[in-house]
Amino acid sequence: MIEKRPTPSGGLVFLTSALAILAALVVAGLFFWAYGASPLHAYRLILQGALGSKLGLAETVRRAIPLLLCGVGLALAFRALFWNIGAEGQLLLGAVAATWVALFSKLPEPLLIPMMLVLGFLAGAIWALIPALLKARLGINDVITTLMMNYIAMYLVLYLIHGPWKGPQMRGFAYTDFFPKAAWLPLIPGTRIHWLTLILGLLAALGVYLLIARTKQGFEIRVIGENPEAARFAGMSYTRTVLIVMALSGGLAGLAGVGEVGGVHHLLRQPEQISLGYGYTAIIVAWLARRNPLAVILTALLLGVIMAGGDVIKASLGLPFQLVNMFNGLILAFLISGEILMRYRFSFKSRRREWAGRLG
Amino acid sequence: MAERLEMRGIVKRFPGVVANDGVDFSAKAGEIHALLGENGAGKTTLMRILYGIYQPDEGEIYLDGRAIRVRSPAEALSLGIGMVHQHFRLVPTLSVEENVVLGLRGGLSPFPNLRRVREKLREIARDYGLEVNPQAKLFELSVGEQQRVEILKALYRQVRILIMDEPTSVLTPQEVERLFSTLRSLVEAGLTVIFITHKLDEVLEVSDRVTVLRKGKVVATLPTGEADKAMLARLMVGREVVFRLDKGPTKRGEKLLEVRDLRALNDRGLPAIRGLSFDLFGGEILGVAGVAGNGQKELVEVLTGLRRATAGRVLFFGKDLTNRSPSEIAAAGVAHIPEERLRRGLVPEMSVAENLVLKGYRLPPFSRGLFLNQRAIISHAKEAISAYQIMTPSPNSPAKLLSGGNIQRLILARELSGSPRLIIAAHPTYGLDVGATEQIRGLLLKQRELGAGVLLISEDLEEIMGLSDRILVLFAGQAMGLMEAEEAAREELGLLMAGAGSRTRKESSEG
Amino acid sequence: MGWETWLIGTISRALAYGTPLLLGTLGEIYAERSGVLNLGVEGMMIMGAFTAFATAYTTGDPWLGLLVAAAVGGGFSLIHAFVSITLRANQIVSGLALTMLGLGLAGVLGRGWEGKPLEAALPTITVPYLSGIPGLGPSLFVEQNGLVYLAAGLAVVLWFVLYKTRIGISIRAVGEDPATADAMGVNVFRTRYLCVLLGGLLAGLGGGYLSVAYRPAWTEGMTAGMGWIVIALTIFAFWNPLLGLVGAYFFGALYHLSYRLQPWTSPELLKAMPYVFAILVLVLVARGTLKRRMSAPAALCEPYVRGEE
Repeated sequence: MIEKRPTPSGGLVFLTSALAILAALVVAGLFFWAYGASPLHAYRLILQGALGSKLGLAETVRRAIPLLLCGVGLALAFRALFWNIGAEGQLLLGAVAATWVALFSKLPEPLLIPMMLVLGFLAGAIWALIPALLKARLGINDVITTLMMNYIAMYLVLYLIHGPWKGPQMRGFAYTDFFPKAAWLPLIPGTRIHWLTLILGLLAALGVYLLIARTKQGFEIRVIGENPEAARFAGMSYTRTVLIVMALSGGLAGLAGVGEVGGVHHLLRQPEQISLGYGYTAIIVAWLARRNPLAVILTALLLGVIMAGGDVIKASLGLPFQLVNMFNGLILAFLISGEILMRYRFSFKSRRREWAGRLG
Repeated sequence: MAERLEMRGIVKRFPGVVANDGVDFSAKAGEIHALLGENGAGKTTLMRILYGIYQPDEGEIYLDGRAIRVRSPAEALSLGIGMVHQHFRLVPTLSVEENVVLGLRGGLSPFPNLRRVREKLREIARDYGLEVNPQAKLFELSVGEQQRVEILKALYRQVRILIMDEPTSVLTPQEVERLFSTLRSLVEAGLTVIFITHKLDEVLEVSDRVTVLRKGKVVATLPTGEADKAMLARLMVGREVVFRLDKGPTKRGEKLLEVRDLRALNDRGLPAIRGLSFDLFGGEILGVAGVAGNGQKELVEVLTGLRRATAGRVLFFGKDLTNRSPSEIAAAGVAHIPEERLRRGLVPEMSVAENLVLKGYRLPPFSRGLFLNQRAIISHAKEAISAYQIMTPSPNSPAKLLSGGNIQRLILARELSGSPRLIIAAHPTYGLDVGATEQIRGLLLKQRELGAGVLLISEDLEEIMGLSDRILVLFAGQAMGLMEAEEAAREELGLLMAGAGSRTRKESSEG
Repeated sequence: MGWETWLIGTISRALAYGTPLLLGTLGEIYAERSGVLNLGVEGMMIMGAFTAFATAYTTGDPWLGLLVAAAVGGGFSLIHAFVSITLRANQIVSGLALTMLGLGLAGVLGRGWEGKPLEAALPTITVPYLSGIPGLGPSLFVEQNGLVYLAAGLAVVLWFVLYKTRIGISIRAVGEDPATADAMGVNVFRTRYLCVLLGGLLAGLGGGYLSVAYRPAWTEGMTAGMGWIVIALTIFAFWNPLLGLVGAYFFGALYHLSYRLQPWTSPELLKAMPYVFAILVLVLVARGTLKRRMSAPAALCEPYVRGEE
């Protein structure tokens, strides 16, 4: 018995996802209520704040950029059945590489931004290739290694900003100096949307979609993700595919890091300020999109709304931003619980089919 | 002597198959009772019913004259019935004594007195020749030792009936000897041993009585002393007329495949192919007959690049293909219809069209540069679907929606496209309905007409005899004989398959 | 300051900081030994930290606080148990969800509790006689929390249970080969539920220790990645409670030294060591017989369904 779960219809998938979000909204609503705020009022405020005004919309999009880049990479990795939980660390490495280019590379000004992007991508890719190699060559669990690499990356950033890269102009604060203006990613005027990274994210979504759906390599990724044994039988290389997938996945997360330091902060600072857990939230983004890179565009925006909404309720209702984390946890829990419902509904049929498959 | 165990009129149906069809079986205290039959004859099913894994659809079981119902293995154990499966039920990281006490309820104390367990195990081990270090971890033990632990586990639970399912298939000849002496001392102590096997020599060597099953029915029960090898072989394989397929005369072409002194290990690291040599020509079907587990699986895997040969050579059109990668071998013109269709032959989540190019996707017209050519893939799928009569809603439907016969048609369509010169077909009709079986056999014959060579591995003797031009009998990883199919007699094949005639297995075990 | 005082201080702080790590690790070892990876430790610990603080602050009883913390941690772990064992959903994602949920919920509930002084902190004890032992006495037995000894004792007990009792044999069998354990009459589901629950109780307790004993105050995010060190420690300890004890104090010492050694080396790099060690350990045991002897339970992360082989 290899696969008991036939693909549920698109409508059912959408319905389960919507129900998971709805259930999370209801539970979170109880908290608004407990804090003396009407849930409906709160949700209206969030929607208005995150989508109703130009500024709010811009903030939503800004939040969605790193989620998009990381989410596309994760969707790709999950497709090949590689559990990349390490987008957070890969993002930080991208930020580190960009900072090095901006502050220490002494490159001519016009080259700064292109090199930040290139090296940021490479740094994220290399960070992701370590767990990829460990899994492909030694069979070491990818979940654990990618997770541990996150914390190593985090402390690397802390080390840099407290130690060698600590900015002389920062009067003792643990930041690097500000990047030179030439290393600031261009913004859409009046917003904080660093559009270059946004475009790269959209291109990545499209590119990864095409990679998976249209190319020979993508074909191998899908076969390996669905049935590694059949892939071996058909003569496909697991190691090569996993390395390619993780280089791209980590590289895209690295780009997200470049976007955050180059487009928003313009310096390297505390890891939790650079990222706000984008690398983890992107897991929800990819999962909600059912590993489809194009759907990631939508789910990244959705989670962007939630994060921007967190700012709104903090500002106008005085409720803690941590509601966002809680809400995300709820969505994720309901989402995976919902999947079993899809499975149950189909398991009876598929079991019969299994017998048919075995006995003709 | 009275019967300790009686099973009367046991019927067990699985979808599409009657595995046991009114089986009567009985066993006495103090006897080794062999249960003989080909693969699929229903031996293991019958014993799984006795051990409580399956529930019979009809029939009764009596133990010491009292009717019993065995609802679970735990209940079987409490009734004194133990079973040693082909795949051991042992936890590799636990020690021997821990495996023995696993799941035992030991009164109120949560602390198993492992020292007492150890002593008792030593005692049992001494009595029956089952020595094994009680503190060793299971993964450190050889297969033979692991089997001893399984027997110890049953004896520790004080079973009176011990079922051994094909116990020798994983053992070396020395270990077989040792096992037999253990079994003899067990029955001397009054136990009943039921010994499932398909090997005639073993029946004659160790058992007191033998029951022969064929196609779910008992053919005979007789004292071993009254049986001989030829008689048992005849009982086991039957006397049915071999149905001849409509097949043209052999037009033997040039030599395609030359296998010389091939050796390979199985998954457990034991020799599985031991110096095998044969040739295969274009325009012929070479059938490989043999009971499962005699090296067929390993042979297929070595020839297709999925398993390393430890020695010997495989030449294809004179070109050395030994230990090349699966894709190189496929590219050279070798097609493979795998044994495990669902696990290896198919990606269930992907579409029929994509499954049809699982190997061909690298080459034009299915890809151009880095990209796949969807249009070519779909049009190829449409052609294949109509040519091979694959029943599917559309080329884009996921492959897992197909029935077994259609899955096999799909795999054949894929493997036969690109006109392979050699087709390695492992159990190509296993589990298929009559229509699909006929069609798949026809397809293989057509490839033969076209001049391709076919290596046909099957446990279905009729299929082998009906389709093949020549027949190679494999036993214990060696060729027991190679004969023209026209001249092959069923009984002779049965004897060779059972390793009878010579004790090749033992004589060459050092080789 | 003499080197003796320095050493005594270091060992004493290593025990203090190592204790919540140890509690969390013991629980995670049991959960993983039964085949369930729970990445929600951070979430359960922070919930434990908050509820212990809130209870102790309100009632003035730190022990009651610890009890509530354990109960809340246990309750949280049952979410994971239900989702991953009964619903058979992905353990990795479920654990991550639990961490997000815990961090978020503790942050939401804990707003307004920050900066309040906890007068009812867990009292420290100085063990009579033993503290007088020259050398180790002062570092081990002066002004420590009772919980430090409780955790250390628990490590020994849990080691004994895991390796020397029927329960332990069943747990290890369930995590290694649930089908065989089931065939031998072990209740796989109950075993897994109980192990995950134990993990939650201990993680909650460890979190509670942080806020009522180690540093009697509540700050948002005060576990600061401790739950992830627990995950690393579980591997570092080869899923063995006694090695968990050693590892927890070792990491505790490392943490303390990261401040003490500041003039010579970067505290951040020292703090990254637990994670580096965890990866190195995995690389070390990836090959050969060590793999069988020391590596993760074979059925870790795999939901069990009867009748599937």
